[in-house]
Order: sequence, then C-alpha cells, then structure tokens
Amino acid sequence: MESLDLKTLELRAINATLQAEGDGSNKSFKITNPLGSHAIAVGLDAPIEVNVHGSTGYYCAGMNKQATVNVLGSVGPGVAENMMSGKVVIEGDASQYAGATAHGGLLVIKGNASSRCGISMQGIDIVVHGNIGHMSAFMAQAGNLVVLGDAGDALGDSLYEAHIFVRGDVKSLGADCVEKEMRMEHLDTLKRLLDEAGAEAEPSEFRRYGSARTLYNFDIDNAGAY
Amino acid sequence: MDKTPGTHPVKPWTFDDYTNSYIRRAAATGIYDIRGGGAKRRVPHFDDLLFLGASMSRYPLEGYRERCDTSVELGTRFAKNPIKLDIPITIAGMSFGALSGQAKEALGRGANAAGTSTTTGDGGMTPEERGHSNQLVYQYLPSRYGMNPDDLRKADAIEIVVGQGAKPGGGGMLLGQKISDRVAEMRTLPKGIDQRSACRHPDWTGPDDLEIKIMELREITGWKVPVFIKIGGARPYFDTTLAIKAGADVVVLDGMQGGTAATQDVFIEHVGQPTLACIRPAVQALQELDMHRKAQLVISGGIRTGADVAKALALGADAVSIGTAALIALGDNDPALEEEYQKLGTTAGAYDDWHEGLDPAGITTQDPELAARLDPVAAGRRLANYLRVLTLEAQTIARACGKNHVLNLEPEDLCALTIEAAAMTGVPLAGTSWVPGAEGA
Ligand SMILES: Cc1cc2nc3c(=O)[nH]c(=O)nc-3n(C[C@H](O)[C@H](O)[C@H](O)COP(=O)(O)O)c2cc1C
Repeated sequence: MESLDLKTLELRAINATLQAEGDGSNKSFKITNPLGSHAIAVGLDAPIEVNVHGSTGYYCAGMNKQATVNVLGSVGPGVAENMMSGKVVIEGDASQYAGATAHGGLLVIKGNASSRCGISMQGIDIVVHGNIGHMSAFMAQAGNLVVLGDAGDALGDSLYEAHIFVRGDVKSLGADCVEKEMRMEHLDTLKRLLDEAGAEAEPSEFRRYGSARTLYNFDIDNAGAY
Repeated sequence: MDKTPGTHPVKPWTFDDYTNSYIRRAAATGIYDIRGGGAKRRVPHFDDLLFLGASMSRYPLEGYRERCDTSVELGTRFAKNPIKLDIPITIAGMSFGALSGQAKEALGRGANAAGTSTTTGDGGMTPEERGHSNQLVYQYLPSRYGMNPDDLRKADAIEIVVGQGAKPGGGGMLLGQKISDRVAEMRTLPKGIDQRSACRHPDWTGPDDLEIKIMELREITGWKVPVFIKIGGARPYFDTTLAIKAGADVVVLDGMQGGTAATQDVFIEHVGQPTLACIRPAVQALQELDMHRKAQLVISGGIRTGADVAKALALGADAVSIGTAALIALGDNDPALEEEYQKLGTTAGAYDDWHEGLDPAGITTQDPELAARLDPVAAGRRLANYLRVLTLEAQTIARACGKNHVLNLEPEDLCALTIEAAAMTGVPLAGTSWVPGAEGA
C-alpha cells in the first residue's frame, strides 16, 4: 500500500498521483494527516482503494468514479458529491450535502449525516447508519436513500423519482413527499443495500417514502406547495 | 338635436391596452406569464453612449492598412490553458433542451468559423456540441442536470453559474412540452414533466464555500482550464469582488436585458440592473483589487452591434457574450415566417413563447419536424458572418479612436447622450465635462 502524507506532500501532488491510476489498476493508497483538508481524493477514475486516516474537509471523494474511498474519520460538506460509481465509506459523521447530485455508486455513512443529505441525487445509493438532518433528499431525482435512524424536517421536499427508506422517525415530510407501500421489490433492494453497507437491520423495519407526483406539472391549485 | 361636442375618448396611461390584456390573461389563467427572451422595456443602454473619434489631439489608424488586433485570452489568472479567442465575442450558455440539437450545432459551426467559443447550458453537454465547438465552455449550474466528471474534463473552461441577468436570484424552468426522451434522459427525470431547476447550488452557499468548490473543480481538472463565474446584474461591485476573491479566472456579468429560455415575465422585466449600469461598478471592483485585465470580465445582455461590443470594451470589459442576437442570426423571429407567427398569435420580432417548443424557425424546440427546418450548416454560416460584422465594426471604431487593439478602447473615448447614462457609466455628458455623481460634480 502506497502511503501519501498530507503533512509532507501538497494536495495537488496527492490527487495527481491518485488520478494518474487508470482503468486496470487495483492499487491501494493510504492518506495520512488529512487534517480536515478539502477536496481530498476527488476526480478519481480507477478501481483503486484509498484509505484516508483521519477527518477531511469539503468535497472528499467528489465526482468519484470506480474507486473505493474509506474515511477513517468524519467528513465535511459535500462528501462524494456528484459521484458516478464506486464506493465511499465514512466511519464517522458527514456534514451537509452528503452525496449531493450523485449519479451512481454507494455512499455509506456509519455515523450521522447533517442536513440536505442526498440533495438532488440522480441515481446514487446512500446508506446512513445514524440519523439525517433536515431537507434531506430535496429535489432528489433517482437512487435510494436508506436511513437506519431518524430523519429531520421536510424529508424529500419536491421529490422526483428517488426512493427513501427510513427505519426511525421522520420529523416531517416535505412538499409532495408521501409514505408509500413497501412492495417485495423494495424489500429486495433494501436488503441488498443493507448488506452492501454492512448495516444490521431488517428491511421489514423500514417505511418507504416517495413522490406523490402532484407537482410534476404546474397546477394553479397547488400554488401554495411550490 | 342637441349635439354637445365631447372630448376624444382617453385611455388611461396607467391602464393601457397592454396592461389590461395582462390583467385579463391573469384573471383567466391564474398563473403568471412565462416567456423567453430578455427585458422588452427600454432601459438605458449602449445607444446612450457615443464614441468621440480621433481629432487634433488623437490620431486614427489607417482603415485597412494598420492592424487593429481583436484577439483575447480568457483565464490568464490561474489556468494553465486559457481560452484563446480570435474575436472578443463569445456565444453565451444556452442549453440543449432549450435549443434544438440543430441550433446547438449551428452555434458551434458559426463560432468555430469566427474563432470563438460556445457554452453549454442547463442540461449538460451533448457529444454533438462538443464535436462542433472547437472551444466549449461547460456550465456548472445549480441543477447539475447531466453534470459528470467526464464532460467536465472535456471542457475548455468551466462556468459556474450563480445567476443570469434575466433572473438574478431565480432558478430555471423547462416546461414539459420540451422534455423529449433525450432531454429527459440527460437530466435523469421522467419525460413530459416540468423541470424546475434550483436557484441555489446544492453543495455550497456563500463565497467562502465557493472558493473551496472552485478548488475542487481545479483539482479534478488538474488546474488546466479556466473557471468562470457567471453572475446576473444585481450588485455588480460586490458580486465581482466576491467572485474574484473566490478565485475566478473570469467574471461573466449578464445585465437585465439578457435573454432566457423561459422565465416569468415579471422577473425578466423587474429584477436586475441594466447591462450599461453594471459595467463600471464591476470594472471598479477589478481595478481596486488590481485585477483589471488580469482576471477577465465578459459582459452580456443586449449586445447587438459592433458598436455595442466596442462600448462594452471601452468601459472595461475584456469580451462580450451574445445569446439572443446569435439566435436571430440563426433565423429566430424571421419575418419570412410571419404567417406561422400569426397562427401562434404573435408576430415576427415579438415571438417569445420559446418554452412552448413550437418555434417555426426550429431553434427553440425539441420537435424533430420543426428542428429539421434549421439547416445547421447554413445557419452556422449566417452566425459566422454576423460575428465577423460585429468584429469589423468594433475594429472600425477602435481604429477611428487610434487604437491598435480593441482592448485599448477606454472610457476617455466615450461621451454620454443622457444624464442617466453619464451617471451610470462615469462617462461625461456630451458637450460637458459633467459626470453626475462624480466627486466635485
Ligand atoms: C434560449 C436561451 C437559453 C439560455 N439558457 C441559459 C442557460 O442554460 N444557462 C445560462 O447561464 N444562461 C442561459 N441563457 C442566458 C444566456 O447565457 C445569456 O446570459 C444571455 O442570452 C445574454 O443576453 P442576450 O440574450 O441579450 O445576448 C439563455 C438564453 C437564451 C436566449
């Protein structure tokens, strides 16, 4: 495992090293002394493994493709933002906008996630072992958000086609977000995601939320909801 | 019969025919009017400025012999590969979705021929537009529809859209009629639904966050390409200052006349400052930061002629960008289509229901039959011609002012026709040395 120390190397050098890995690579890297730095391991595009030993600032693993990034600490805002594929696992907590606008891959947060988790998500799967903050899955378009704990206010506001599964309490649902029937296919998806995220929970303990689709085409009678 | 002469019937100025029709429309529908284009009302504009030309104390360049350069570089502050343009006129961001594939192709062809760049828009980058544009600026918008790192790395520059002159503080809108299969797929949304684009970015809020976001984008693209920040003409002095502090290579400043694909009419006409009023405050901000001509300023919103281009540059811009004018050059609102405009209840020159997707010119539509009406090669040629005329005109003016590069035009070459324009631009009122609001004035 190649070791990259942020105390001695510039961020640019570290990211350039990781970004230089190509499609066939299965190398492992260890990043030490992240010291809350921003934009660590961003723009990766190879099936490599990166282990970050400590906590990071904004946008860790931003726009990730293919790579597995493990953070042995907590992360700042926008972890795995716009991720395309691969896997990002946070041992600690995540700040706002975790997984924002991401298209694919799996984001696992073993602690809690702050507000706007999964905002505008476009296909990513997010599993949060703890709780999530308010306005999570705002305008979420596609993908799955799984929460083992509780969800804050206005969950799934202005939701499009993303699926939300919550085991605990939901403080309130946002505009156009409703509880929906949990069918077999949803239980299967949930089981697969819980397994992949190493989460110990029964799919049957969750409730499913989705879009009522009443805001999809403007209707004056819904004006108050916009 | 007693015939007392009556006065001529008077329609109130406050409640004129247009206003009454607006009220009737609102009463019938219960929803505000959405349309494309920019502000239609008259606001102080470049027409309110004039060039002085050479005289006893300044001498002109010889028309066709002495060189007057028009090339500009955008992104010299931090980027390894700044954008190099032959002319100081770029094509503004307009999305595939708002525009047909043919229109996007035509914009690319025209821009290539004239040696300038085009810009993507809300909805992402199509392979066609990348293929047809030698220099392509990739917009990074609040909606992030279709945003992906592969396209980001294919871009020649990244433009972070904070605002647009037509709607500073507003999000986007693409109505269901224009959501074809392809547009829906690019945006990861169901077909036929209205697409509300967010007005704020999902993963950063203030300028301090933006600085980190820019750093991330540069890390992903290896610090190679310039990062532009596009702002609507709201508070140009502070917005430019903050954009530079956040690390922008280029500030794109779009005044209230700037076009849009679809926005509420009330927004277009009542929010934001005229383009003319935005330039001096932005230039002043750059000068105070010692960044004028180091970070570049691109001005847009109602640029039509070579004179407009020259005036924007003289006030301190490094380049301009055009949307509406480019569409007209392609064939938008052409009187030859009058019969069809009449069927849509409008007339050539006034057609602005671009959001409905019924454009008879095949430009602002996703209908394959309508779109096929636009020949991208011929339309691209018209755009190239138009861009050349703008450039020649700006050069003509620059030479007359004795400048061997259009960027050497300066406020001193100008006078203002109105007190308003003088106050807004800091250029003296014609025939006087008076600049309203200036110290000692
Ligand atoms: C049809 C159309 C679509 C547009 N789409 C976008 C867009 O996606 N993103 C953006 O930042 N601006 C968009 N704009 C605004 C232009 O980028 C530009 O700011 C404006 O057109 C400049 O003013 P002008 O039209 O007077 O030249 C659009 C404008 C038009 C006319």
